[in-house]
Amino acid sequence: MKKYEIKGNKPTRHGFGEGLVELGERYDNVVVLGTDVTGSVLTSFFQEKFPDRFFSIGIAEQNATTIATGLALSGKIPFFASYSAFTAFRNSDMLRISVAYNNANVKIGGGHSGITVGPDGATHQALEEISFLRTLPNMTVVVPADYEEAKKATIAIGEMAGPAFIRFGRSPVPMFTEKDSHFELGKANVLTEGNDVAIIACGIMVWQSILAAEELYKRKGIKARVINCHTIKPIDVQTIVDAAFECGAIVTAEEHQLHGGLGGAVAEVLAKNYPVPIEFVGVRDTFGESGEPEELMGKFGLTWREIYASALLAIDRRDTNSKSYFNIKDVAHYNE
Amino acid sequence: MAINIKFSEKTFQNKRREPSECAEIALELRRDVIKSLYLAKSGHSGGSLGTADIFSVLYFGGVMRYRSEEPYWKERDRFVLSAGHLAPILYATLARAGYFEPSELSTLRKYNSRLQGHPGIDHHLPGLETSSGSLGQGISIALGMAMSDKYLDKSDRRVFCLTGDGELQEGICWEAAMCAGHYRLDNLCWIVDSNDCQIDGRVRDVMSIYPLADKFRAFNFEVVEIDAHNYEEILSAFDKFIDYHTHNNGKPFVIIANTFMGKGVSFMHDNYKWHGNPPNEEQTIKALEELGEIVELF
Repeated sequence: MKKYEIKGNKPTRHGFGEGLVELGERYDNVVVLGTDVTGSVLTSFFQEKFPDRFFSIGIAEQNATTIATGLALSGKIPFFASYSAFTAFRNSDMLRISVAYNNANVKIGGGHSGITVGPDGATHQALEEISFLRTLPNMTVVVPADYEEAKKATIAIGEMAGPAFIRFGRSPVPMFTEKDSHFELGKANVLTEGNDVAIIACGIMVWQSILAAEELYKRKGIKARVINCHTIKPIDVQTIVDAAFECGAIVTAEEHQLHGGLGGAVAEVLAKNYPVPIEFVGVRDTFGESGEPEELMGKFGLTWREIYASALLAIDRRDTNSKSYFNIKDVAHYNE
Repeated sequence: MAINIKFSEKTFQNKRREPSECAEIALELRRDVIKSLYLAKSGHSGGSLGTADIFSVLYFGGVMRYRSEEPYWKERDRFVLSAGHLAPILYATLARAGYFEPSELSTLRKYNSRLQGHPGIDHHLPGLETSSGSLGQGISIALGMAMSDKYLDKSDRRVFCLTGDGELQEGICWEAAMCAGHYRLDNLCWIVDSNDCQIDGRVRDVMSIYPLADKFRAFNFEVVEIDAHNYEEILSAFDKFIDYHTHNNGKPFVIIANTFMGKGVSFMHDNYKWHGNPPNEEQTIKALEELGEIVELF
């Protein structure tokens, strides 16, 4: 099985911030709106480099969203970013009507997303954005797995036409993709080969999936196919259906509510095209709380262990053609 | 009895005009509003009639710079209808400006029409700059356009935006006001259709927004308050805006345009119950008579 090495830890927000600078260098019409937290979501990198193309809007995400629309309707490529809690929900009507309905070329950065924002607690731990944003017509939704991928994804959404949302995090996470690894919007990357079970993940859960795959092989000889599904919308139907056809058992993993996120998207694809047992790893219909990222990932069931257990469950369901399970408490909860 | 609704083929040039000519055009626009709403069987009569005089000056009095035969002309001024429910008057205006055939006004709110109930640019209506309909968002979109023109393109284009007065109850309007003042957007002309009417009643009763002029002044706006059924006042307000912008006075401009909802049709006059209703057949006959057209019956 292909081995992945950690080349240090870095937050995905750095990839976003640096990607913006690179876009700024390539395109004169890339502009960035600040919503006060520029130093947190690292739009500050762009601001330092291109002060004439940076507008501070203040703590006013609704206004920033619609101003971005006006800029986009004037031929600019506006990015704005804040915490996901405020760039996906505070402004949700603006995203729906002004951005998505206009099919405006607005790029939204959702930073400090997920449980791993840590000590700030539940108010700031957005766990529902994927679900909301992928229901908006015209919207592209990307959740990069590490620093390098966040940078590539940022540049990619800048270079595509139409509205897009990119989700990234605050805390340092393992860097395991390479500068030259292939990245294409809408095309999931198969990271490990295997036909026993497929693990489809996004964001920081991709690394946990790689760990789970290593453990599955080491302990059980199970070869898991790990798929980095960085683009949630448009979803890569072919890669997902191939995985279902060839593996017959699927696990999804995301730092997001179980309802409507990556797992939901995968389930939609498979229910229609090739139904197989699916197990879902994610946050189970609850709010987060304060704590260090690792502590919270443990508490909320977002580690390789849950993925590992879910993989065994999915395989067992495939092999016994059984419908419901109650034997592994944490995982079975969602299937009840 | 049935009535035969016909739209004239008249279009109007955009040029400096005498008040009497503006009045003539406004009458045509009001007739279009009544006819298209009657045919649509739903929609917003009151505000569309109330703002007809503003539209006649803005598009046909030489205020806005546009080319209807070249809708995406780069140097054009832009108009954003933040109060998206006033779509009927905007559509009538665009048709009379030559963006599309006036007969298309008969398709308002109908299946497959480019004239959506609230403006939607996904239907590719020439002359329409943005979708709108969720109140308060249009003014903020206009801000983005004005920032783009002033700071990025360094162009002398202007952005006009019309909001309602009840609309100002939306918090985003005040985020936009703060931002317009902060960025000294002197290329932005914000027109508030101030008729003291909203769906539930008088604005002052539902949720008071007054004093209005002081609020805008506090946000560093240049404020002009006018009787927006008086063409001399409308023209001079726009003249002032253009003059200030030409001289870069560094302040966004707001026109508090005092209007009467339903202006021009006696039974709708200043009556908030006409915010969101179309006229029925009998009311259409009466309204059009008051607006100078005897409808054909058959």
